[in-house]
Amino acid sequence: MKKMKLGTFIFTIIKYISLIFASIIALIPVLVCVLTAFKTNEEYANTSVLDRPQSFLNFDNFVTAFKQANMLRGFLNTGLVLVVVLVASVFIGSMLAYVLNRFEFKGNAFIRNLFMFASLIPGIATQVTVYQIMHKLGFINHLYGYMIVLMGTDIISIYIFLQFFENISVSLDESAIMDGCTYFGVFFKILFPLLKPAIVTTMVLKGVGIYNEYYMSNLYLQTPDLKTISTALYTFTGPYGNQYNYICAGVLITIIPILIIFLIFQKQVYGGMAAGAVKE
Amino acid sequence: MSNKMTSVSTSKVSLKSKLRSKKGQQLMVIITFMIIPLTLLVVFTGIPFVKMIEFSFYKMKYIGPREFVGFQNYIDVFRRDDCFKSLIVSVYYMGGALVQLVLALYFATMMVFGVKGSSVFKGAIFFPYLICGIAVGFIFRFFYARGFVLDTILTGLGFNAESIPYWLQDKRINNISLVATSVWRYMGQNTILFLGAMMSVSPDLYEAACLDGANKWHQFRYIILPSIKSIIVLNLILSISGSLSAFEPPYVITNGTMGTGTYFVIMNRLAHENQKVGLACAMAIILFIIIIICTVMQKLFFAYVFDDGTADESKSAVRRRKNEEKKLKRMLERE
Repeated sequence: MKKMKLGTFIFTIIKYISLIFASIIALIPVLVCVLTAFKTNEEYANTSVLDRPQSFLNFDNFVTAFKQANMLRGFLNTGLVLVVVLVASVFIGSMLAYVLNRFEFKGNAFIRNLFMFASLIPGIATQVTVYQIMHKLGFINHLYGYMIVLMGTDIISIYIFLQFFENISVSLDESAIMDGCTYFGVFFKILFPLLKPAIVTTMVLKGVGIYNEYYMSNLYLQTPDLKTISTALYTFTGPYGNQYNYICAGVLITIIPILIIFLIFQKQVYGGMAAGAVKE
Repeated sequence: MSNKMTSVSTSKVSLKSKLRSKKGQQLMVIITFMIIPLTLLVVFTGIPFVKMIEFSFYKMKYIGPREFVGFQNYIDVFRRDDCFKSLIVSVYYMGGALVQLVLALYFATMMVFGVKGSSVFKGAIFFPYLICGIAVGFIFRFFYARGFVLDTILTGLGFNAESIPYWLQDKRINNISLVATSVWRYMGQNTILFLGAMMSVSPDLYEAACLDGANKWHQFRYIILPSIKSIIVLNLILSISGSLSAFEPPYVITNGTMGTGTYFVIMNRLAHENQKVGLACAMAIILFIIIIICTVMQKLFFAYVFDDGTADESKSAVRRRKNEEKKLKRMLERE
């Protein structure tokens, strides 16, 4: 092997140092939370935030946080919303993409543009008037109302499905039609099973989005037994104002599921990011 | 090759006639598959949008009488202290977005040159993006609180405790502190986007460049940068609307006090706490107009600055070549 040139060597050093530095910066705020979450009230009051807790097995804060913020309710509600909305939006999104990709009809381009245009309208901003509609429909303070608002198709999942359909050869449809299959049959029996990778990607992306969603659940689910995970977490602004050992425990409880999903579906998450980026 | 071409086109014709005979069924599929998404779109985006425009001309609350005020709400957005200041605050966020872009570009470039354990670095830098905004808020409220994380780290590094400013109360720097959380949150996502675009460059190109004696800077300048310039512009433009939309972290960390209210925080307060529905709608419409302007800018940019291919190929030639390539790709797939 050739000897490394000095320039390359320095470049390599800089490369690694900067990446390690960035990773540390990215992780420190979260890691400090981990340290703090395991501290008893006494330790919390008397030790520096960077000190290690006496024991990493002291789960009292987690238990307290879980109970106080009623996170069990939050997880149950968020879980239910996730299941229903994800299943529904996979079907809604893939069916829409199927029609838009496979059929040429008047208004095809118009509908694509409509969804594109809709994606430009800032979500939080329209809630002022969506609130009124929700009120008129009697959707406020009902889990199903919140679910239905979330089902509104987002442009990113449409794009992911559209891209995917583009790469599935039309000859598959053709031969199935020749064999006497209906269009419904083509979609449900032949194409839908092939969509699996796209379905996983949209589910992961949309799932993370729903899990983290705060604004609408705060607006449309106002009773305590309808708290979702993020509104449950928000309750820590109140009584625990500065007891950060409890707050950190609460924060970690909400982060852990996301971390697990991320570790399992890294590829899909990164891939989905790229799909979202090419929306111009 | 030409043989295949004809076979493809004949099968297309036969398919076309088949489809026509099944027009009725096709129509039914189109209707049944689109009715739900279109209904949702109309009810939760279309109608609210139209109403938003209407409301923006009224002085009104959620319930009770309303009064037509013309463009007064729009004028108020620029006249009222809280609204106007939030526009200034968003300038900080735009600056942050710029820093974030440069950093992301740097780290993506480092990774594309090959790093051992790149998936660990990628994961660590990206993960903040997945944390819920409310949690990010709490994490940084703790991080910046007087005498807590950041102060402890700084004193540990030898800074004088008294010379450390109040990160969230000091009006000279509190917006910078908040913008830093947003850089922390989104930088990794940008890095991943850039990295994705850079990876799409064929590795042969790097090898060839290396053989030609190109150094790292040349590789960056002539191979990497051209491959991602469109995604950079896209992100620059998105950062304008993004900086106006910053919401959860400032909402949790300072709740918009001490001059840190972002556009959305102020809009939220006006809409749901003060019930100034008309004014909030006017703010939303102004934001929407800004976003439209950004989108048009982006389209123009791509149409006139980038889509010109190489110097010895005209625009239309590029388009023709791209179409040709697409056709070829499809044909290969059919095999």
